[in-house]
Amino acid sequence: MFKGNFIDNLPKIYGTYTGGFIVFILLMAIAEQAGMTAKTIGILFVAFTVCIYAFIGYMSRTVQVDAYYVAGRQVPTVFNGMATAADWMSGASFVAMAGGIYFGGYTYMAFLVGWTGGYVLVSSLLAPYLRKFGCYTVPDFIGTRYGGNFARFCAVVVLTLASFTYVTAQINATGTIASRALSIPFELGVWVGLVSILLCSMLGGMRAVTWTQVAQYIVLIIAYLIPVFWISNKSGFGFFPHFMLGEEVARLGALESQFGLVKNAAADIKAAGVPGGLKSIAVSHAGVPEGGMAAWKFISLALCMMVGTASLPHILMRYFTTPSVKAARKSVAWSLFFIALLYTSAPMLATLSKISLMDPNLATGIIGKPIAEIMKIEWVNSWINVKQAFIADFNGDGILQLNEWFMRGDVVVLATPEVAGLPYVISGLVAAGGMAAAMSTADGLILAIANALSHDIYYKIIDPKADVRKRLLVARSLLIVIGAAAAYIASMRITSILGAVAWAFDFAMSGLFFPLILGVWWKRATRQGAIAGMIAGLGSGTAYLIYVYPKFMGNAPWLGIDHLRFGIIGASVCLVVMVIVSLMTEEPDKATQQMVDEVRIPSGKTILGKQH
Amino acid sequence: MSNKEKHWEKTRGLMIVTLLIWFVFGYLIFMFGSDLNTSSFMGYPLAYYMCAQGSIIAFVVLIFWFANRQEKIDEEFGFTEKEDD
Repeated sequence: MFKGNFIDNLPKIYGTYTGGFIVFILLMAIAEQAGMTAKTIGILFVAFTVCIYAFIGYMSRTVQVDAYYVAGRQVPTVFNGMATAADWMSGASFVAMAGGIYFGGYTYMAFLVGWTGGYVLVSSLLAPYLRKFGCYTVPDFIGTRYGGNFARFCAVVVLTLASFTYVTAQINATGTIASRALSIPFELGVWVGLVSILLCSMLGGMRAVTWTQVAQYIVLIIAYLIPVFWISNKSGFGFFPHFMLGEEVARLGALESQFGLVKNAAADIKAAGVPGGLKSIAVSHAGVPEGGMAAWKFISLALCMMVGTASLPHILMRYFTTPSVKAARKSVAWSLFFIALLYTSAPMLATLSKISLMDPNLATGIIGKPIAEIMKIEWVNSWINVKQAFIADFNGDGILQLNEWFMRGDVVVLATPEVAGLPYVISGLVAAGGMAAAMSTADGLILAIANALSHDIYYKIIDPKADVRKRLLVARSLLIVIGAAAAYIASMRITSILGAVAWAFDFAMSGLFFPLILGVWWKRATRQGAIAGMIAGLGSGTAYLIYVYPKFMGNAPWLGIDHLRFGIIGASVCLVVMVIVSLMTEEPDKATQQMVDEVRIPSGKTILGKQH
Repeated sequence: MSNKEKHWEKTRGLMIVTLLIWFVFGYLIFMFGSDLNTSSFMGYPLAYYMCAQGSIIAFVVLIFWFANRQEKIDEEFGFTEKEDD
């Protein structure tokens, strides 16, 4: 089934798979009617999908170097788009994004713009040229373009730092979802998540990750869109929410002024005993904060996320797998198309969730109603019991005010189907979707790190004479070691001090963005310049992060550049240093310049051979 | 000027135009967020709409457009890939 004309059969294979998944959802719905418990449905959803991914991972096993590193460079445009979308959309995108918009409104939506606009940079500045280069990993490009093991080594350091920051959060997410769905302790859930992740990637490397990511995309997008459309239709907000929620957004504005947006004092929150991580709505949903500083904060966050996107190796390496340069370009467009399906739905889900809770005229509304009555609602009780929601009657009037209802951001995605009265089968589906999103991103990240260490450090620097069998053995062993290290850190639950996912973007842009684009767009860029740029960029960015992050030194941010935006400092320093040092050193030799010329045209052979 | 140089000049021109459009939808309009929000589109306040859907759709369309334009440029100068490359 996975042999011969497998590529030609892809639409049929994934079409059957999608049909099968829908049949499974229907079977679960019937089972629910027949009295199957919610717990069993949750377990079946997660177990069934993970088994399918593991099966695909096993079927895609390989002993070929180019299949292991770049999926044999035969992934068709649209399928690579789906795989990239799954690679890209993390557990955080799936579970936390709608919650972020729910609490942060317009200001938070800078992330939406930032996490999509970066693909314009990827397509116009990088992806087609890296594909023409024919590298296996991102440091492979840096090492060959600039020459020398030290440049390669610096790129591996940046890659590892950025990707590792990101991957612990993903394993944490798989652990949370696995523990909730399978009713096991979190620490165990993390290891169950890791085993599932490794099953997808270990035997087949990039090839296996590609075909599981396509499968995971299909699950996660179904799991995100069905609830959004269903809730909108069931509650009568319109059959196509994306085009029909304008009235609800306006209504939210009216309700905000009716209830008042009150920011609770930290002392009050503490005195009431609100569990950590829970928030109340204190920011307008669609209103734009006044002033130049607010606009700058929006723009600077979007800038960091965009430039970071174009520097993250686990995304860039997806475009090494297409059959041609032309396909790499088109594939970026498809990636963003598939990402946009989810990203444009997240604000709609946040709107639906908010209006369901806030509008006292709706049956689902809780704000402005007596607390005694609300406490009788089943979903309120169950989420309060697990400390994901909380009621604090600050003014003691027995009525729930907007600033008295606390919940965790994740609850928006996880509980809204329940609030709207959808059957439990939908909650099971959402759990499977979240698992798929977190697993696919974790797989891509772990593979990016392991490939860089096995190909760039072990094969290119330590033992260039190693045979294929030994190289793949090292690659697979590293995959396990890195996965285990990430799972160990995640299981210690110290993620709160590890910082935000946004850091990964800032680290990547500080050290890699300019060495990558100048490698293609500026022939004069030299090895010394690139090395100095990477070191100075990563160093200054990290130093600024330590200077500004509240849990480290906690100094006042300069020009509003806080710990989410430190990449602006790192990347600027990197650019300046790289240009100055390049101009001070001797211009690259003829061979290097010719290589850059070759990279710039799509036709002809790749710079690095098919097997290298 | 050689064929390669002309090809690269056009490629660079396309890159600049693409990034200008990117700048408008990614940054410029959000510098005037509060002004935009006074008008509305499909019932949504405009600045809210642009970051929820408008700019994202613009980026998707922009990349497809860019990919097609670049293919035309490659064709014009005879740098299209062949099957056996």
